[in-house]
Amino acid sequence: MIAINARTLLPVVSLVLLLGAVFYLQPRAMSYFGINLLFNLAVPIALATIAQMMIIMVNDIDLSVGTFVSFAACVTASFVHDTPVLGYAILAGAVVVYAGLGALIQLRQLPAIVVTLGMSFVWGGLAVLILPSPGGSSPDWLRGLMTSKPPVLPMAIVASLLIAVVTHVVIMRSAFGVLLRGVGGNARTVVRSGWSVVWLKASAYGLAGLFGVLSGMTLVGLTTSADANIALRYTLLSIAGVILGGGEFTGGRVSPIGAVIGALTLTLAGSFLSFLRLSPDWQIGAQGAILILVLAARLVISRGPST
Amino acid sequence: MTATSPDRPVVALSGVRKFFGAVRALDGVTISIRPGECVGLVGHNGAGKSTLVNLVNGGMAPTEGDIEYDLPADASVSGQAAARAAGVRSVFQELSLCPNLTVLENLRIPQHDLGGTGWRAVARARIAEALDAVFPGHTIDPGGTVGDLTLAERQMVEIAIGFSEGDTPARLVILDEPTSSLDASIAAQLLDHVKRFCKAGGAVIFISHLLGEVFTVSSRIVVMKDGKITEDRAAGGFTRRQLVDAMGHVATDEEEKKDRPKVVRRTELGAEILSSPEGIRAREGEIVGLAGLAGHGQAEALARLYMARSSGWYAARSPKVVFVAGDRVRDGLMPLWSIRANASLATLRALTRLGLIDRGGEEQLAADWKARIGIRTDDVANPILSLSGGNQQKVLFARALASDAPVVVMDDPMRGVDIGTKHEVYEMIRAEAAKGRTFLWYSTETEETCLCDRVFVFRNKAISAELTGDQITEQNILAASFEMQEEHA
Amino acid sequence: MSALSIVMRPWFWAFVAAALAFAGTLALMEGRAGLGLLVAAMTFASFSVFVGLGQMFVITLGPGNVDLSIPATMTLAGTLSLKYMNTVPGTELAGLAVALGIGLGAGAANFALIRLLRIPPIIATLSASFLYQSLAIWSNRGLRIKPPPSLAEFTTERTLGIPNVALMAIILAVVFWVLLERSIYGRWLSSVGQNLRAARLSGVPVDAVRAATYIISAVMAAFCGFLLSCFSGGAALNMGTEYLLMSIAVVVIGGSSIAGGNSNVPGIWAGALFMFLIVSMLNSYGLGAGVRLIMTGVIIIAIVAAASGKRRGQ
Repeated sequence: MIAINARTLLPVVSLVLLLGAVFYLQPRAMSYFGINLLFNLAVPIALATIAQMMIIMVNDIDLSVGTFVSFAACVTASFVHDTPVLGYAILAGAVVVYAGLGALIQLRQLPAIVVTLGMSFVWGGLAVLILPSPGGSSPDWLRGLMTSKPPVLPMAIVASLLIAVVTHVVIMRSAFGVLLRGVGGNARTVVRSGWSVVWLKASAYGLAGLFGVLSGMTLVGLTTSADANIALRYTLLSIAGVILGGGEFTGGRVSPIGAVIGALTLTLAGSFLSFLRLSPDWQIGAQGAILILVLAARLVISRGPST
Repeated sequence: MTATSPDRPVVALSGVRKFFGAVRALDGVTISIRPGECVGLVGHNGAGKSTLVNLVNGGMAPTEGDIEYDLPADASVSGQAAARAAGVRSVFQELSLCPNLTVLENLRIPQHDLGGTGWRAVARARIAEALDAVFPGHTIDPGGTVGDLTLAERQMVEIAIGFSEGDTPARLVILDEPTSSLDASIAAQLLDHVKRFCKAGGAVIFISHLLGEVFTVSSRIVVMKDGKITEDRAAGGFTRRQLVDAMGHVATDEEEKKDRPKVVRRTELGAEILSSPEGIRAREGEIVGLAGLAGHGQAEALARLYMARSSGWYAARSPKVVFVAGDRVRDGLMPLWSIRANASLATLRALTRLGLIDRGGEEQLAADWKARIGIRTDDVANPILSLSGGNQQKVLFARALASDAPVVVMDDPMRGVDIGTKHEVYEMIRAEAAKGRTFLWYSTETEETCLCDRVFVFRNKAISAELTGDQITEQNILAASFEMQEEHA
Repeated sequence: MSALSIVMRPWFWAFVAAALAFAGTLALMEGRAGLGLLVAAMTFASFSVFVGLGQMFVITLGPGNVDLSIPATMTLAGTLSLKYMNTVPGTELAGLAVALGIGLGAGAANFALIRLLRIPPIIATLSASFLYQSLAIWSNRGLRIKPPPSLAEFTTERTLGIPNVALMAIILAVVFWVLLERSIYGRWLSSVGQNLRAARLSGVPVDAVRAATYIISAVMAAFCGFLLSCFSGGAALNMGTEYLLMSIAVVVIGGSSIAGGNSNVPGIWAGALFMFLIVSMLNSYGLGAGVRLIMTGVIIIAIVAAASGKRRGQ
């Protein structure tokens, strides 16, 4: 019991510690604008993390999140801006493709790593075709939404809360979410109870596609333009976010609220490292190190009580 | 709803056969289960109990014969869906909950009607009601995660799901070893509930190795042996001794006797060379049997013993111990390889010069063993999967015996092996033991265990009896495998 | 070996596909520069062969085993060895030793993460790769150090008409073939990939085999990074990027089983040639980078989908 509590607390504790450190180093950050700046890119990262979580929930892993978000961003900055109907149709088609991949992976028992790695090239290629060089522009409503200044809390925080609540309801509370997590927990029982795992996996992948699209759109809303490489590092960030948030690679143990907190922590870690005047060279390595440290810490925690 | 005439059986099987390849798991079973009955189902390993259960709950289709459920005439469902619609619920021996979900969420998986807003409250009420009814005074929180529960609590949840209210009420609950992780007082609560449930018109199939429980709860006892029902009587028609006899081979003793190999037990054995934390001990040249019902810790004890005496980092030229797998697919075969490569795997170190495999030596080894153990193939370069099960097993024996390891561990190695092969292998084991090798032999077939010099009977992950010499009889092994609670006379 | 048994080999069709791509390109070039295309194909395929051989061994270990740290290890080894040599002649062998040492360290670190932290290999090699990548960025600092002239010449020149790097890739392929088909290590490797539990129960030192395999893969990546940075006149931070998918692609296209246990060396060469030639064919038909990327991805998925399900039946 202690292990479980420590485990669920780990993401919250790490976020609070990091936030404390940032405020200590830079007291001026403790304001509406300061927080908005610190968490500027949190929303697309949180959405990409949720997308990855949907895949990890059914015991797979998605190595194409980064290129898929880049692709969605390119579509948003070009088609959605210029010809909205076609743009939204492309994005909806991409979600359907994702769902189809889930069904294919389950039907043919394919290794998800190889399929998603292959897809990462497909999405990357499509993104290059759509936007050969950086450019495009954000649809106005999206720009307006992402830069709006709601009272009391900055947009990044409000949106993160919203994402956390919505996905928590869908995945953790709804009767459908129970089935999806059941696939990760004990697929045999789910089959024995008369459900179709192919259909459930397609749903999980479809949800991942949906959140990937939302991630790309919000990213364009913040940056106002896109390029084919805009979100490549989201693949690692999303995996790290899920794990940091208390998720596990197998067994359907995921936490949407934890994943959002994990994404916020990683966003903040980036800001923190720059406050430390740590060279940006180390940013990416620091994220890898954080992932390894969290996994190590978790191993220590889960081993503790049993020995 | 589905409830129709009270006298119609909930499920009726007539002339049901089930084959797995050439193996007859179920050989002509006719049985019907009526409302209000609790049928105790007993039989030794491989008697066909699990197959029967899987046919009744729709998990498998019969090869021959009919299974009829009590459904409204216009129902157009079959298989699993028919069983579900008829109110057949199964509580499986191996735990089948999702550990990542909460107790009430686990109820959602089998109950398709739970959904929409407020489904959690409904699920919580259903599971809490079932838990309270079966296990009054329990402390399980319906909102708690199953992974955090103890083994006993998980089993309680699984049983409660079986008895819980749902869109189709439970009419036949199959309990397969339901008390294996429960302590006596909780088990007694379950037995009381089963009696109440049957009194109220429900039906139960109750499988247990605890004969006391079977007598306490059953209105009728069905004995299975070799895929057939051999006895089917009211519970009062048996004494416990009769029941144990009915499970054994008494009826066919005379005709089988001439087929049985002669047991020549050795009297002079070497020094003790092995003892495990569980209490297994063995001397040089001894054949030590591990007996008891399947899943009572024998295989795990053997695996631990093997792992402790070998390393994942270093392969010795002369291993201390070798392993013969019985679950060939899981523990033994290299499915992509030839017979030759499969046979030489455990002795590769001795066949290697400067890191390269001596192919001539390997060929020699495979040819030797093909002749010695009689592997039926024209060429040892053929794929291992081209062999029959029995011959694949011979290759696994060759793999182990080709080494000079002083201890040979065998995990029920005769599964699905024909009688001719068995006798060849028995003789080979005898001959190797005579040369001073020690065999640890777990077998689910009592007849095989009777060939050993010493037998440890396992029950509930611990040794319940150690038998030597003339004590090694089918009677004694069965008696030690099944718990005999005298107070439930 | 009869003609039929060659056709039945898993790598046969990959060579056919590579030949078709070669012919397709030549058709457009109207037969000109065929030799030049062949030399280029052999040279660039060699780099894929180096990483592909290592990745193949890792994939042979069975489901879930993939080395995602190959690009970062290449970059790190290339950067640090060139920095160490600092264009000074006479440092070539020491530079090679630095590169190989980095490979050894990276492989050992990868396996330590997998074993000690019990992380799935994908995550272990992925997160470790970001550390290696950062290390490379930090040590490089945007400078492009040239390789010693001797190495630059060696990697770009030919011996008996065959590019030197291709010669080395052929020699290493032979070495790996012996390892895989004739040595005890190869036998053990295949047994672990088919059934880890059964291998352990048959006395195979499974931990030692897995550790050696991850180290071999990282050393090959480091060697590739060393040669590639000498070949291209200096290490670039993104020089390994395309070799991640490439290393997996050549294994899959070459007919090795993605489910592990069953691999072959000739297929690596076939896959590497095919991957280069298909790109040059698409190039010569005027298709841009986008289409090439899409085709690459689609080919991989199609091959994996077509090859799957064979082993599940038994």
